[in-house]
Amino acid sequence: MEFAELIKTPRADNVVLHRPFYLAVEGTLCLTGHHLIFSSRRHDNAEELWLLHSNIDSIEKRFVGSLGTIVIKCKDLRIIQLDIPGMEECLNIASSIEALSTLDSVTLMYPFFYRPMFEIVEDGWRSFLPDQEFELLSSVTDEWRLSCINKDFSVCPSYPPVVIVPKSIDDEALWKVAMFRHGSRFPVLSYYHKKNGMVMMRSSQPLTGTNGRRCKEDEKLINATLRPGKRGYIIDTRSLNVAQQARAKGGGFEQEAHYPQWRRIHKCIERFNILQESLIKLVEACNDQSHNMDRWLSKLEASNWLTHIKEILTAACLAAQCIDREGASVLVHGTEGTDSTLQVTSLAQIILDPRCRTIRGFESLVVREWLQAGHPFQQRCAQSAYSNSKQKWEAPVFLLFLDCVWQILRQFPCSFEFNERFLIMLFEHAYASQFGTFLGNNENERSKLKLPQKTMSLWSWVNRSEELIKFQNPLFEANSLVIWPSVAPQSLQLWEGVFLRWNRPSKFQDEAQEEMINIIKYNKQLQAKVNALRRQIAEMGTDDRM
Amino acid sequence: MEHIRMPKVENVRLLDRLSSRKAALGTLYLTATHVIFVENGSEARKETWVLHSQISSIEKQATTATGCPLLIRCKNFQVIQLVIPQERDCHDVYISLIRLTRPVKYEELYCFSFNPKLDKEEREQGWKLVDLNEEYNRMGIPNNYWQISNVNRDYGVCDSYPTEVYVPKSATAHIIVGSSKFRSRRRFPALSYYCKDNNASICRSSQPLSGFSARCLEDEQMLQAIRKANPGSDFIYVVDTRPKLNAMANRAAGKGYENEDNYSNIKFQFIGIENIHVMRNSLQKMLEVCELKSPSMSDFLWGLENSGWLKHIKAIMDAGIFIAKVLIEKDWVSFGHKFNHRYGNLDGDPKEISPVIDQFLECVWQLMEQFPCAFEFNERFLIHLQHHIYSCQFGNFLCNSQKERQELKVQERTYSLWAHLWKNRADYLNPLYRPDHSKTQGTLRPQMAPCNFLYKFWSGMYNRFEKGLHPRQSVTDYLMAVKEETQQLEEELEVLGERLANLQKSQLNGNKVKSKQQDQNKHLGLSTSSNSLANTPQEYSNDLKSFPSRSPSQGDEEDSALILTQDNLKSSDPDLSANSDQESGVEDLSCRSPSGGGCLPSEDSGKDSDEAVFLAV
Repeated sequence: MEFAELIKTPRADNVVLHRPFYLAVEGTLCLTGHHLIFSSRRHDNAEELWLLHSNIDSIEKRFVGSLGTIVIKCKDLRIIQLDIPGMEECLNIASSIEALSTLDSVTLMYPFFYRPMFEIVEDGWRSFLPDQEFELLSSVTDEWRLSCINKDFSVCPSYPPVVIVPKSIDDEALWKVAMFRHGSRFPVLSYYHKKNGMVMMRSSQPLTGTNGRRCKEDEKLINATLRPGKRGYIIDTRSLNVAQQARAKGGGFEQEAHYPQWRRIHKCIERFNILQESLIKLVEACNDQSHNMDRWLSKLEASNWLTHIKEILTAACLAAQCIDREGASVLVHGTEGTDSTLQVTSLAQIILDPRCRTIRGFESLVVREWLQAGHPFQQRCAQSAYSNSKQKWEAPVFLLFLDCVWQILRQFPCSFEFNERFLIMLFEHAYASQFGTFLGNNENERSKLKLPQKTMSLWSWVNRSEELIKFQNPLFEANSLVIWPSVAPQSLQLWEGVFLRWNRPSKFQDEAQEEMINIIKYNKQLQAKVNALRRQIAEMGTDDRM
Repeated sequence: MEHIRMPKVENVRLLDRLSSRKAALGTLYLTATHVIFVENGSEARKETWVLHSQISSIEKQATTATGCPLLIRCKNFQVIQLVIPQERDCHDVYISLIRLTRPVKYEELYCFSFNPKLDKEEREQGWKLVDLNEEYNRMGIPNNYWQISNVNRDYGVCDSYPTEVYVPKSATAHIIVGSSKFRSRRRFPALSYYCKDNNASICRSSQPLSGFSARCLEDEQMLQAIRKANPGSDFIYVVDTRPKLNAMANRAAGKGYENEDNYSNIKFQFIGIENIHVMRNSLQKMLEVCELKSPSMSDFLWGLENSGWLKHIKAIMDAGIFIAKVLIEKDWVSFGHKFNHRYGNLDGDPKEISPVIDQFLECVWQLMEQFPCAFEFNERFLIHLQHHIYSCQFGNFLCNSQKERQELKVQERTYSLWAHLWKNRADYLNPLYRPDHSKTQGTLRPQMAPCNFLYKFWSGMYNRFEKGLHPRQSVTDYLMAVKEETQQLEEELEVLGERLANLQKSQLNGNKVKSKQQDQNKHLGLSTSSNSLANTPQEYSNDLKSFPSRSPSQGDEEDSALILTQDNLKSSDPDLSANSDQESGVEDLSCRSPSGGGCLPSEDSGKDSDEAVFLAV
């Protein structure tokens, strides 16, 4: 398909761009296959706005006489308005944007066309391979093995080709366990807690059905992770009620009788459209400029967004507490094991493992626990808060995870190597990107699309020093401790950096950030100078003695 | 002390507000000034000190099998739950406290017995620290338009105003006195703030006694005089902070508001700040929300909304946008804000108590959140200020007016808080403060219109004693420590530079000078103790409790965040959690040393001290 067919009016002059907190600018609007480009004509202060079509969530048009106005609402929650003279031009442009922002074929997306202008130091597609992860694990324990049972994605389509499982369980047993778990997502290792050798595993729900089916191999697999005489916890991310109802559809949960060494705890983390509705309501409230303080609070409450944050964080803290404080192993699952399960396992690791609080470690976590673990990014992030599509599979699961990370970062501002901007950047790229990293729903699809060959990895771009510097937290001091966040309502806040980002000037916060960097930079400079002088004096002292 | 029926009770339990599992067993003491709870146990005996004047209410609850619960709520938002084994003891403690917390004479207040061991001169200096005349001089007053009037020199015109009042030059004594007779409690219009760049000014007064039709020529002249004191402007705004309805209702009582027909060139505006009774109830409701045991997000947000507190804060911010000048001494104390009535230091009508100063401090905090580089002081400063307004440890906030304070000889008999705060100013600095801010940015413009919902719940104040709810690492403390280290580095750099120059010189001379080593070993930087995140898990699930294999709570002692111990008045500021906050804050920085080598404890935060000790005295 030629994009040119979709672009009837590639260019319009005298277009006026309106954005909150900026003066209106007049300029030229151009449409390309993947971008909407606006450039002001002024010589003194030329300004360009590049917007990926895939970032556009919804578009509205209206006319006053022959002056058309297009309101563009983006997946990163920004809203811009374009005044376009000429009804025909405006209609053409609007319909082009509509078509180009809703292309249904993945291979037409921008990452397949994007050619990087930077030098690639490290291929991000090869930065986080399961083998490296396993090597780290092997240095502390020999109780686990890499299984290639899924190498052609034939056992579990949403799992990566290699997974880490208990050494004592062979591939044949894994086959049987896969048959007993929803979508064949058998229990695999998610995290090994070096401090006490306890582990966190994840899976999907067991297919017990109404007649209480059991699977000996499944029991054997998860029992293999327990120390003799010890018990473990199963954290079911659904309420008991929901888990019980799942039996009618062939799903279910681990029965005490068959898993006597495990204690099951039910948590209630919402899924799918409930979360999407919550996001829509929250963003609506944040964008409503008319209300007073009172209605704001009730709208915030009605959106339930912070309730979801609290529930997810609580479940993650509980998993971490079981591992670190109770010295027990943990299995986490919900229904499919691709959403709330991953929120819990990845947040628990941020609490427990200092490595996950570094930039590199966090990237690795996103790769392992989200991308390779088969979180269906393409479905979940297809639309954002402004869309009317209301598809069941759309849900801000990953954004909720990032928000939870931000909440912990806010409570431990010196314990993370990355800053808030890093999290916002990941949010943006999960929804619209020039990189192939978040395309597809699992490794199977990514491999079929040949993404590593045909697109650039986000990590290739981020992990260059000139980009990294933007995402570093100046306050970071390596902290090897477990960090326990507070989940009390008083401790949780609206993530203004995302939800009020386009509604308030950031000048004063930026200024504070800059001041922080300066204070620390100056301190480091002085340290270097003092050390150099000391060395020089010490050397002269030695010369003296000679 | 005749009021203490029960000086000591043993086997009292102090409950933890966040976790019902944890209660401390100890002994309760009542002294003339404090309630003290001393925890049993030989190592680190934890102590909780509460000043009687901080106590706002005492509630005896129904006796249970374990004893008789006593709930003590403090004005600094601390809540203490005690369980006393014998009902009779509990009753005696209750009766004693009721009396002790409601002194009938000023002399019973703590500031008359508090002695920070300063000599007379230091005490006097403390009281001179904030000089009103200097404040006005800074604004450029007196000048061609404004002057000091001594019309109130013996409080003859208005007993709640100070003796020296700034008024327009053209306002004669006759006009002032005439105007004062037409104003509630004789509080005639007087200058509050003057902007020398554009001659604009803020004056304040009480409501006029206009009733439905009364007028007063002198009062009209007074407003004219104020208008003329700004030659650039041909009208003045009269801002009435009440809701219009309240102002109208007041007319029936012979009070009311300025009639625009009688005053030339005024523009009238109502702001709609509710009265003290509404505010008191609103705060009460919000505090109830803060006290909820493990509330859900909805409980919390609903409660916050229903309290209306943030709505009131917004109303005040709306009004104060041009008077939000952080000059408490001038704006509040000297101009007869009814401290005593509003803060309930003495026994009196509970209906007169209102959290106006709390609201002012919160508004300042809300501004600090929006303008992180614009304030020289930090959040801790506001919290300590709030604490001491109620502590009665210093004489500044006693009584209702300058006149009363003079009669009581407050300056000779008590100490000034400002001196105390000034002495510890390093704790109160905002590391991000940029003095150039006011020049480059001019007046602060809070986001009133489009994003007015930026007003947030201030957990640092209202849940001040629930340390577990606050961020575990403080950016402010971290940056302050870095800045302190930077200063030390600067000094060392200078020393090293000199030494190098000397060495070079001596080498040139061929002299062998033994270099002094001692300085080199000087350890820079901050205490390198553990990275005390002071942190343990909360109760994330009730289910965990019943699990049999639960390990004995390893080092659970550390999150008994509520209990404040204190090294018994060793510091002159017995209160302030924050002193110890500060310490643990610095410790947080652990491995900051010039060599950059950090050794972190391999233990997790379990062992570190959240017992960090706050204390409320």
